[in-house]
Amino acid sequence: MPEERETLVEVCRLKKYFPVRGGVLKRPTGYVKAVDDVSFSVYKGETLGIVGESGSGKSTMARTLLRLIEPTEGNILFDGEDLVGMTKSELRAARKNMQMVFQDPFSSLNPRFKVSKIIEEPLVAQGNFSKAERREKVVSLLKKVGLGADALDKFPHEFSGGQRQRIGIARALAMNPKFIIGDEPVSALDVSVQAQVLNLMKDLQDEFGLTYLFIAHDLSVVKHISDRVGVMYLGRLVEIGPKKAIYEEPLHPYTRALLSAVPSTNVDAKRERIVLKGEPPNPANPPTGCPFHTRCPLAHERCMVERPELVDQGNGHYVACHLYE
Amino acid sequence: MSNLTQPSTNDNTEKLLEVKGLKTYFFPSKNKVAKAVDDVSFTIHKGETVALVGESGSGKSVTSLSIMQLIPSPPGEIIEGSIKLEGKELLTLTTKEMNNVRGKDIGMIFQEPMTSLDPVFTIGSQLIESIRKHKKTSKKEAHNIGVNLLKMVGFSRAEEMMKEYPHQLSGGMRQRVMIAIAMACEPKLLIADEPTTALDVTIQAQILDVMKDMKEKFGSSVLLITHDMGVVAEVADRVLVMYGGQIVEEAPMRKIFKETKHPYTKGLLASIPDIDKDVDRLDAIAGTVPPAHAFPDGCRFRDRCPFAMDICKRENPELLELEDGHYVRCHLYEGGHDDA
Repeated sequence: MPEERETLVEVCRLKKYFPVRGGVLKRPTGYVKAVDDVSFSVYKGETLGIVGESGSGKSTMARTLLRLIEPTEGNILFDGEDLVGMTKSELRAARKNMQMVFQDPFSSLNPRFKVSKIIEEPLVAQGNFSKAERREKVVSLLKKVGLGADALDKFPHEFSGGQRQRIGIARALAMNPKFIIGDEPVSALDVSVQAQVLNLMKDLQDEFGLTYLFIAHDLSVVKHISDRVGVMYLGRLVEIGPKKAIYEEPLHPYTRALLSAVPSTNVDAKRERIVLKGEPPNPANPPTGCPFHTRCPLAHERCMVERPELVDQGNGHYVACHLYE
Repeated sequence: MSNLTQPSTNDNTEKLLEVKGLKTYFFPSKNKVAKAVDDVSFTIHKGETVALVGESGSGKSVTSLSIMQLIPSPPGEIIEGSIKLEGKELLTLTTKEMNNVRGKDIGMIFQEPMTSLDPVFTIGSQLIESIRKHKKTSKKEAHNIGVNLLKMVGFSRAEEMMKEYPHQLSGGMRQRVMIAIAMACEPKLLIADEPTTALDVTIQAQILDVMKDMKEKFGSSVLLITHDMGVVAEVADRVLVMYGGQIVEEAPMRKIFKETKHPYTKGLLASIPDIDKDVDRLDAIAGTVPPAHAFPDGCRFRDRCPFAMDICKRENPELLELEDGHYVRCHLYEGGHDDA
């Protein structure tokens, strides 16, 4: 979209390397480059979807954004302030505005806490509310996510997966955040329940003006919820752009293959499928040059030596591929 | 089963698997009965791929485990019904006879290939074992068959793979090994329980291709258990939709998508975001799948059904044939039924 938009989160050259230790002295013998030089912005009020297969680094990237994992290098500007380099107390204050909803609603809620306590905890941590105020707030949050006040005194095991994910969302909303990262928030749910939670997330976005970073491996789900979409492969962002551009005119050979591999329920529109050979390479030992060249049907010599940078193709559609330079 | 229930002999020759009135119940405690599979009947013809679709708790996996007679007992038990493979009743077989059917006549692949491969044996020894179990061959011959099978499922370095262990392979590779093992004895029926659910889409595409290939080469029939309607549209000839332990709709693949009848199937399709369509809001089905010990009286879907009527509370509808090969279990389609 051409119009000027306010940036909420700006990620600059973010890197997260995990050392692989070996030998007697446990010295690093190499690095898994889980997130390798990723830059992008998230605009206010939008949903940026991030897709990628397992091992692409999308979850690590999400955690690094909140500094739940310390980044190796790079900057994360939230509302203009750099989270990297903040002290613990500064970070704590900044995190009020950003929350996370996790994939597994079974392990992300403490099984020994009642729902009221789970949702109330962030409010207690903040420390500005009386007990009665907190209770009131918890009830209204539950109502927002479609659960009744009878849920207050129940434990997580008494709920189904979809209901638990609603509780997780209520907890995330408790601090009135501006920014919510959903890390595969609907992947563990049955399709009928998945649709309910997706609808809920859309409604809440409208109501509270939330900005989402939505991470998922399901391309249909990401297409449904996102305004813009980024594609990750082996720790790198290989393409990013408006949803329409990514899904209708994908440029990167990986994005094309990925999209063509999604089985469609539209029985009349059988698409040509590009079946990729082989498996994604080991991130501890990534190929030189373009990370995708080992599986790319269009790879040429340059791809093996030189790493492509994200290049603007117009309308905010960026692709990292030598074919488009 | 008497011959009366069998229609024309012509179509009988094509039938591979016939499940009739299958009831598999679980008894988790004294007063609890979970009717996980409750009166399920269907047929799989030779060379056909039938998809069994449903959400968790619909009974689709229990149906496939019942066919293989792998229901943990207790607490589970096949209460009633008949499962015939090429006219031979499987439920009355002895354990030994059934062991022969498993692996030889019916192959099976599961969702998580790591748990179904033995971590302490090489790929080769597991392949050779399953080949020699059902075929009288020398080790050498079995080895060659194994290498060939690995090549068929798309491994170029099949010879080396025979010496490798499961942990050395990725998820997609393991699943291909599982397919090779399952196809080792050229089974008449391959049961694939969520074979691609744990895999990435590009790998899923590879696996679906391999399954199609193998099916063509060996002429096997496939019973594909999945929750992914996209996969169904990709590979199935016929579709059975399960809800609450029962089949609620059965039709040729295109009809399931184009002439959807049952409100549950409609809801299921509407709740999936499709990559080829743009919708602002998904039509979610309200509520959740009830647990198997607490199905409502009458129609099991009525609590979540937008079209529920009075009669739905009282009577569970029968699975009726609307037109050739299209069956639906819903009072809305019971023409001539007196709503009293």
